Amino acid sequence: MATETDSQSSSEEIDWRSESSSAEMTRRDRAEEFYRRWVYEPVVIAWSDVRTRLGILILGGYLLMAAVDVFGLWRNPSTNQAPQLLPPFENWSFPLGTTNSGVDLLALIIDSTPFILLMVLAGGVWATSLAVVVGTVSGYKGGRVDTAITSVSDFFMAIPGLPLVIVLAIALSPENPILLGVVLTINYWAGLGRSIRSQVLSIREASYVEASRTMGTSTPRIIVKDVLPNIMPYVMVNFVLAARYTIFASVGLYFIGVLPYTGQNWGVTLNNAYYQGGLFTTEALHWLLVPMIAIVGLAFGLILLSQGMDRIFNPRVRTRLSGESESVEEDENTTTTGMF
Amino acid sequence: MNYYLRRTARIPLTVLAVITLTFGLIRLLPGGPFTQLRIQLIRQGVPVEQVNARIEALQNIRPDAPLWQQYLDYLAGVVTLDLGESISLGQPVMDVIARALPWTVFLVVTSTVLMFVIGVLIGAVQAYWEGSRFDKTFSGASIFLMAVPSFIFAVVFLFFLAYQWSLFPTGFASARGVESGFTFEYFASVVHHATLPILAFTIGGIGSTALNMRGNSIQVLGEEYVEVARLRGLSDGRIATRYVAQNAILPMYTGLLLLIGFRLGGTVVLEEIFSYPGLGYYLISALEANDYPLMMGCFLVITVTLVVAVYIADLTYGFIDPRISAGDADGY
Repeated sequence: MATETDSQSSSEEIDWRSESSSAEMTRRDRAEEFYRRWVYEPVVIAWSDVRTRLGILILGGYLLMAAVDVFGLWRNPSTNQAPQLLPPFENWSFPLGTTNSGVDLLALIIDSTPFILLMVLAGGVWATSLAVVVGTVSGYKGGRVDTAITSVSDFFMAIPGLPLVIVLAIALSPENPILLGVVLTINYWAGLGRSIRSQVLSIREASYVEASRTMGTSTPRIIVKDVLPNIMPYVMVNFVLAARYTIFASVGLYFIGVLPYTGQNWGVTLNNAYYQGGLFTTEALHWLLVPMIAIVGLAFGLILLSQGMDRIFNPRVRTRLSGESESVEEDENTTTTGMF
Repeated sequence: MNYYLRRTARIPLTVLAVITLTFGLIRLLPGGPFTQLRIQLIRQGVPVEQVNARIEALQNIRPDAPLWQQYLDYLAGVVTLDLGESISLGQPVMDVIARALPWTVFLVVTSTVLMFVIGVLIGAVQAYWEGSRFDKTFSGASIFLMAVPSFIFAVVFLFFLAYQWSLFPTGFASARGVESGFTFEYFASVVHHATLPILAFTIGGIGSTALNMRGNSIQVLGEEYVEVARLRGLSDGRIATRYVAQNAILPMYTGLLLLIGFRLGGTVVLEEIFSYPGLGYYLISALEANDYPLMMGCFLVITVTLVVAVYIADLTYGFIDPRISAGDADGY
């Protein structure tokens, strides 16, 4: 408790960290530095890793599909627009085949891509940003703040996600993709915040954090400058996991038919294929497979991207700016000491 | 000890909060708790003057009482394990739940333990032979497994193994003809029926567990104390188990028990696909039948189960990692 008052009083008195060194940099230098640090290097590092490159390409494909739908470059799905249950890759005006009511499957998939992407983004952003705030503050501040936040997130953690979403879905009937994304991850932040908190707990004992504290740096500044960079790779990976959870949860719930919908989307298509005979004959198998591939593809792209995320934020990789996988290059003798 | 006491004291509070939430959610549902029910009862031919009494019997709530009175009644009902009566099944909700809960717990616990053990083993071997072909193959496979939700595995398994090749049953927890009891036949039937759901629920989780374990192990392998242990000439087996495995698994342990919570909710979809008579299955069928008492009962019980799981996670983590049992850190 004593440290808290000490640090506050001293921070008001002087701020000796006035950034005299940066004054020597011109604005142009700074812009260049910023570009190099936040645009050029991440892109080079991301592109140099096969997994991340593949992930970017896959996600780019989905963005393209969304763009195709937004600009209306492909027909809208409607019944009897094509022969029924056409197998894929036979008729090139309907490359992925059709459903049992003659709906173009590719049109179905493309039509719901913007919806799904928006929902996934909303879910991921909501869950991770809330978790980061909650986790860093409660982990770093400790004491009473921690107890209060932990109790609240304990409560939210105690509610199993999907059943809550199911009950909320009846109450709210969310059909807006952003609202749906938020509802789906309504309590995802609690568990994530908890694990961020436990990471912060070990970071707050680090000597550089203690140094900042003794110097009288304010809590928000310490959290942003000293704590956040350490957990950033973890946060980004979890952003992707939250996004993945949003896809899985939404499609799963659409699939078993508990979410309200107006148009079709991947989950609804899967549901229709499943309950209208896709399970019994191999003729309708493509109808079942196409939405599955759409779901798995998106999740796969996200996960591949997250695999390389660690390198983008890892200063050791950045300084080297070498493309090859660090761990793969080193032989067994160096892995043990390879940390430095 | 203080920490454990405080942690234990928090349970009733959390449960109370959950009950309150359930009570509030019932009110959020379209038409509230009574409108739907009233229409249904009148349609069933219940005389109008008896409807309120019936509602009270079904939901433990007097529809004409003030809100706080309703809340207290609901609370009293839950505490005495009386969750009202299911409209669609015509049985006390508690009876339905008592039948369903073991199936869900069985499904979740078995698949989660399997997932954890298999994932840890694969990840450890990967880390040990880092960069080998085995490592690369399994890393790729793990990433792919993470991208496939369990219900897709479920549908694929059902399509091939159950419908096309008839190797496994397509649903339910045991064969209809087999009586439940401590007979080999019954157990065989239960295992046979549970195989596909458990398989679908296990496979998807193996990927992330293995990747986690691999990452943790590689990090631990780089620690100085491992190097020191090596220099001291300790046997590889001792280093692998006591130094590397233990420290690599530790951070995954809290994750595991939290995961049980996530998976407890996640069974809803799987149980529905496999018509597996667990809590999730009843939750969905209650939803479809507008059976609010059963629905909220299932919701409440899933939640309380999760509260207990998280509590166990917290307590055991303190035992495993001594740094945590120091409890809450000083405030800054």
